[in-house]
Amino acid sequence: MSESVRHIAQALVPVVDRAEVADGIYVVRLRSAHLTRYAAPGQFVNIRCGDGCLPLLRRPFSISRVEGDVLDLMFNVVGQGTRMLASRKNGDLVDVLGPLGVPFKLDGDFKTAVLVGGGLGAAPLPFLTTRMRERKKRLLTFLGARSSNQLMEKHLVEVQISTDDGSRGFHGTVVDNLKRYLSENKPEHPKIFACGPTRMLKATAELADASGIECELSLEGDMACGMGICQGCPVERADGKKKYSLVCVDGPIFNSHDVILP
Amino acid sequence: MKESFALRGVEFKNRVLVASGTFGYGDELKDVVDVNALGGICTKSLSWKPRDGNPPRRIVETPSGMLNSIGLANIGVHSFIQNKLPYLRTLDTVIIANIAASSVQEYCDVLTLLEGEEGVDGYEINVSCPNVREGGLNFGTNREMTQEITSRLRALTQRPLIIKLTPNVTHISEFARAAEDAGADAVSVINTLIGLAVDIYTRKPKLSTITGGLSGPAIKPVALAKVFEVAKAVKIPILGIGGIMTAEDAVEFLLAGASAVQVGTASFIDPAASMKVAAGLKAFGEKQGLADIGELVGAMESTAKVSILQSWL
Repeated sequence: MSESVRHIAQALVPVVDRAEVADGIYVVRLRSAHLTRYAAPGQFVNIRCGDGCLPLLRRPFSISRVEGDVLDLMFNVVGQGTRMLASRKNGDLVDVLGPLGVPFKLDGDFKTAVLVGGGLGAAPLPFLTTRMRERKKRLLTFLGARSSNQLMEKHLVEVQISTDDGSRGFHGTVVDNLKRYLSENKPEHPKIFACGPTRMLKATAELADASGIECELSLEGDMACGMGICQGCPVERADGKKKYSLVCVDGPIFNSHDVILP
Repeated sequence: MKESFALRGVEFKNRVLVASGTFGYGDELKDVVDVNALGGICTKSLSWKPRDGNPPRRIVETPSGMLNSIGLANIGVHSFIQNKLPYLRTLDTVIIANIAASSVQEYCDVLTLLEGEEGVDGYEINVSCPNVREGGLNFGTNREMTQEITSRLRALTQRPLIIKLTPNVTHISEFARAAEDAGADAVSVINTLIGLAVDIYTRKPKLSTITGGLSGPAIKPVALAKVFEVAKAVKIPILGIGGIMTAEDAVEFLLAGASAVQVGTASFIDPAASMKVAAGLKAFGEKQGLADIGELVGAMESTAKVSILQSWL
């Protein structure tokens, strides 16, 4: 990405609210005028969840929502870091580095933004929804989870639900639901924006190709720094110019044709 | 209080550098931190040709540390000269080019090319990367090879020549002596320790290369012991590396015998960590009433004449 558009800052920012919004899924609200001013959908922040060496490294979180000078992070508790962040209290200061990475491309010829979120991949979709609505894009949202108690559809519009266990909506994966929809409907000039587990992204990219729809993917990588220094998060490039891109600085948002997913 | 120190006539404004591989080529963080506050920058390891590095997964977090297996991913020395060096020349800090290679000739070729360039103040030779099949650790765990590489490179340059040593040997001091005998100006102690992490559900190693290099606060006591061992064995300065997160950590390294320190993994967590260490080291020295921060070097006082470790050497 062009260096001139980076606005990376490290700051201690206060927690202003926090809630368990679904089964094991938390939203932590932070106040930061810098982040809300410069962040774009698809970007992430790298957070020091504790104060000491356990855990040592920061944890990346995509920005879920921005409103005024507060931003929301949505995540599920998967380990020590997320457990510590989820237990922060109002007024606690959190060490945040960001905004980081390349955002979604919001502008373009497309008329319908097809948002696809699998599991906690749905996290950046509310922020993306806000910006798409500002651009008067039509929205179609496909939301999938293992079960109905893990669905987080707040702040999303035109939502098509699927669950792996069939407890709500379409019984099957979010990609199968999208496939079903596309076989029955023809959205006007669509472009797909997908976030979720790698396997889901791979299936989304294949479906997008088969349907002739442009597709952007939000990837995850094991990273230490989030700024292109540690070289920890390679993803294979499709163009062969060099072998790898880095998820943290060349992504996390990639056009599906630019990367080869594992 | 005097903060600076010199190596073969090259003056470092303070005794805090950033370690190779943990600060990119020095230009990535220019809009985030003030690199001129550093004594020096050790660049990402440079090889003759660009290297892709290892496939993912390259990083695993471990208690108070991390395992990495980057595999010397770098843009190659030619691209470094063309795309990175012009910016580095504008900086008011010492630039140490770190060199990695898979043959003695490659070390010589990379160094020779850099010899023709202004703005490279010295060299740090990586004979200790645990994550590549050829070169790297093969050289650093073989005393004769360490000596040969050092003397071959010594003949090619009058700039400071630093050999970065691996702790993955029985007695690191013997390798420090080999480097000193062959004309090195300093040794960097230590590179990462070989480590392994296993996924108990897939029963596979977490890293693509099975093992990787352990760094971070977890290795600090090991690094301090190695610095102490080397300090007893050689007269050339030691650049202490290993889990330095704070100025207090840096003071420990100086007391154990390091003339300067390199901050590594800490930069991943806090890009300004090294600048904070430099400022904190100055504040510590002033508070202690020192005229020169160098008074701390090797100033550890111990009642025992020799450590148990030394008695075995």
